[in-house]
Amino acid sequence: MAEHHSSYVPSTGFGRWLDARLPIMRLMHDSAVSYPVPRNLNYFWTFGGILMMMLVAQIITGVVLAMHYTPHVDHAFASVEAIMRDVNYGWLMRYAHANGASMFFIAVYIHIARGLYYGSYKAPREVLWILGVVIFLLMMATAFMGYVLPWGQMSFWGATVITNLFSAVPVVGEAIVTWLWGGYSVDNPTLNRFFSLHYLLPFMIFGVVILHVWALHHVGQNNPSGVEVKNLRKDTVPFTPYATVKDLFAMVCFLMFFAWFVFYQPNFLGHADNYIPADPLKTPAHIVPEWYFLPYYGILRAVPDKLGGVVAMFASIAVLAFLPWLDTSRVKSGAYRPAFKVFFWVFVVVTVLLGYTGSQPTDKPVLMMGGRVVLDMVGFAQILTVYYFAHFFVILPLLGLFEKPLKLPASIADSVLGSMAGGAGRPVAAPAAPEK
Amino acid sequence: MTILSRFRGVAAFATACLITAPAFAAGGVAHPPAQSWSFSGPFGTYDRAQLQRGFKVYKEICSSCHGMQKLSFRNLAQPGGPGFTEGQIRTLAAEYTVKDGPNENGEMFDRPARLSDRLPSPYPNIETAKLANGGAVPPDFSVIAKARTYERGFPMFLVDIVTQYQEQGVDYIVALLNGYVEPPKGVKVEDGLYYNAYFPGNKIAMSNPLVRLFDDAGKPQEPDFYTDGTPMTREQVARDVAAFLMWAAEPHLEERKQTGAKVMLWLLVLAGLLFALKKRIWARLDQDAPAH
Repeated sequence: MAEHHSSYVPSTGFGRWLDARLPIMRLMHDSAVSYPVPRNLNYFWTFGGILMMMLVAQIITGVVLAMHYTPHVDHAFASVEAIMRDVNYGWLMRYAHANGASMFFIAVYIHIARGLYYGSYKAPREVLWILGVVIFLLMMATAFMGYVLPWGQMSFWGATVITNLFSAVPVVGEAIVTWLWGGYSVDNPTLNRFFSLHYLLPFMIFGVVILHVWALHHVGQNNPSGVEVKNLRKDTVPFTPYATVKDLFAMVCFLMFFAWFVFYQPNFLGHADNYIPADPLKTPAHIVPEWYFLPYYGILRAVPDKLGGVVAMFASIAVLAFLPWLDTSRVKSGAYRPAFKVFFWVFVVVTVLLGYTGSQPTDKPVLMMGGRVVLDMVGFAQILTVYYFAHFFVILPLLGLFEKPLKLPASIADSVLGSMAGGAGRPVAAPAAPEK
Repeated sequence: MTILSRFRGVAAFATACLITAPAFAAGGVAHPPAQSWSFSGPFGTYDRAQLQRGFKVYKEICSSCHGMQKLSFRNLAQPGGPGFTEGQIRTLAAEYTVKDGPNENGEMFDRPARLSDRLPSPYPNIETAKLANGGAVPPDFSVIAKARTYERGFPMFLVDIVTQYQEQGVDYIVALLNGYVEPPKGVKVEDGLYYNAYFPGNKIAMSNPLVRLFDDAGKPQEPDFYTDGTPMTREQVARDVAAFLMWAAEPHLEERKQTGAKVMLWLLVLAGLLFALKKRIWARLDQDAPAH
């Protein structure tokens, strides 16, 4: 968006005085009012705003909860119950915070899936995308530590299982785990540092979000056609009022979905075992992480070797950062890639099924034939894990070489107005190359 | 994204689910039957009389082994609860003796319980509880209705989002209290354990707690236990105590659901207004005027 110049004109004397000294109003005007937005964005593009709203909601409810919470193994569970019972609207704060974490992940998964489908990771948006992966990792760390704080059975045993993963690191593994715990088991020092970090990380997320938005505003938004903006007047609309009102509408719709869980199903997304106070001497029958970690947990358990499982689990997320270079197709949008489109949905289904395997006992039969178990849960997860990685390392690199994409519209305006006139956008000979 | 691609995704998901369907069907213990509760659904409220009966069952039967450490006497008179009067609770609290102190002489002393006191626990510590119960610790009942559940399985867990079914805990408690049946042939139950059709693993360390109220044929032993005319049946007693435990675990349930209705209505109106506004603003683009 190099050709987009600031259109801010201070209207008051104070405005001119401030603008000459700290152009903060200019910055806000340029990024939230006059910022040009592709005119063909669909509602999947509202999830960035929704995520920003969720981050702020989590920080506000979290700060209030921290005023009443006691990070001590003997008092944490009781202090959370005191919030639920005796703090004015404490139940609302806690349920909004606990369900808010799930909503945050629902929104981020839709946001990521949108990026995957429309090729939002491709040039010139690689850094924007990688910053997103960093935010995602920080979110996972924050959510994991937050789940430990109520000090229920799943808090304690989840923390034990996940921190123990680091013992798989050769040579220094045990030392790392002792260092993480601050002792020789998950105990009071662990709870204290998790609380400290759980309070810190959201602000780090906020910092990376600022970089993410900065990068976004520098390169401009991708759009459903995947064709870059060519003519600001024809292809874009100003952020305010067009995107502002659309984002607000989407946020309120998302809030209704959120409120449904907070007010009517507040414990649906949690685990009943976490209402049992942590007991280091009593292991729950099934230790399962929160739903949003299940696909990675499925991958972790699919690999028979401990170190291998840990590597595979982290690799399943790290691979996203390399996506801009693994996808060899020059066409961004999945709408113009007939084969990619199918593989995208298969990938989504595989990830959901991986999550299912992560939620089930490993020896549970999946496929029976003549009374014999042909495939158990671990075997099923192994097949899915292989496919998960094949999607990134085999399918995406090869698709770009062999797939014949549909003809792209000449411009964003053409893709909108062309479809209005009956779907015949002006064809172009070659897929559009990145602008810069 | 086209409709076709969406359909393909759904079809692929459905196929995948069919393949894995047998895995969901496998399971150990019986599913608790769903009960009808006054507090279910978006406008649910507790049945005050039921909570009062349930408290009596807890006090007379359960409290000899199970504490409710998160509950204070004052809670029993709070709005959205069993609806006891403050006077009733003061009288009730005075029946209990609690240890307080140290006083100005540096000594601990006994005094009658007050509204602000927690419900006294049956055992002074975990070791005593273990000793009295063959090594097992009877769990605290404060949040037990939320700490117990059963697997809903696919696709029921998705249906539950729409129907707002979240009474797994109380349904399980009712089933458990009525689940003391003769073990099937070939199942050996060790000394100190009892067969229960709904307990995970079927062998529970708690003997049938309702034997004081009902004989083996289900005939009430104390016909005047309920004073409000409610018929004395094993199912009724189980439902009443389960409802009381639900309130104890979720004392602000009524306030939560009532607030929810207001929030939902407010959001719905706001969404409608914003949608209309969005339509109006975006309609400017059709007039082919430059947006910038």
